[in-house]
Amino acid sequence: MTYSLAQIPQWLAEPGLEHFLVISAILFSLGLLAVITRRNVIMVLMGIELILNAANVNFIAFTRFSTLSLDGHLIALFVIILAAAEAAIALAIVLNIYQQFHTVNVDEVSTLRE
Amino acid sequence: MDLYVLFFYFFALLTVISAFVVVFARNIVHAAFALMFTFFGVAALYVLLYADFVAVTQLLVYVGGILVLIIFGVMLTTRMFSVEMKTGTLNILPATIFTAILAGILIFVFSVTDWGVVPDQEFDTTVYGIGTLLVNEFILPMQVAGVLLLVAMIGAVMMAARERSKSQSK
Repeated sequence: MTYSLAQIPQWLAEPGLEHFLVISAILFSLGLLAVITRRNVIMVLMGIELILNAANVNFIAFTRFSTLSLDGHLIALFVIILAAAEAAIALAIVLNIYQQFHTVNVDEVSTLRE
Repeated sequence: MDLYVLFFYFFALLTVISAFVVVFARNIVHAAFALMFTFFGVAALYVLLYADFVAVTQLLVYVGGILVLIIFGVMLTTRMFSVEMKTGTLNILPATIFTAILAGILIFVFSVTDWGVVPDQEFDTTVYGIGTLLVNEFILPMQVAGVLLLVAMIGAVMMAARERSKSQSK
């Protein structure tokens, strides 16, 4: 099989399972980077949401490209439910921290109470 | 099929680039808005993966719920009227190298592994199947998730109410 210049490669022309997995890998790494480096608690929460989205993309992609049943979709739905609960609780905690310490930077909040 | 490829690359680029903006933006409000585009892109990827119900749920819960919560958190914990919207970073260089290596390893493993891919599948709406599964096999997880949401809601209200009563008594 020869490629002309106008012809795009086969692996680029047909998005398969690997393409979605690569997207989810990039999303996961970026989320991890946000969790590690950012000082603001809300940025850390955004990183966690990115990581959960990466996991969901994996579940849905494996359901699409295999003969598995809809279990992957249901697990993705439960992950979304848990993410909603987690975001609500985490933001309530963040508001309490802000009330207590007048900052939301994780490196400055090192004690449970003043 | 061509349109599928075009849509895939458009939404893949949208997702990845806005995720980069989320992580590297100095302004936290810019990061929150970029996160919205990431969620939109991921929902579009779900549509391309034949997951219609999960895509709609993603839009409703993430864009309609979690993002609004996050923006509320930004508004309530940042002094809006000062210039202090910028957020700092810690250990940016070693963390970037570490996560770049991690992403490289993950992408390498994903592309080398021989997944047992089933090539062509008919598209079928998933709502009926998901509903049937939810009331049969997944009845216990669904009930547990409902209880968890109730507990989370009560907990969030309790914490917010305690904060308000404390600030009133001061």
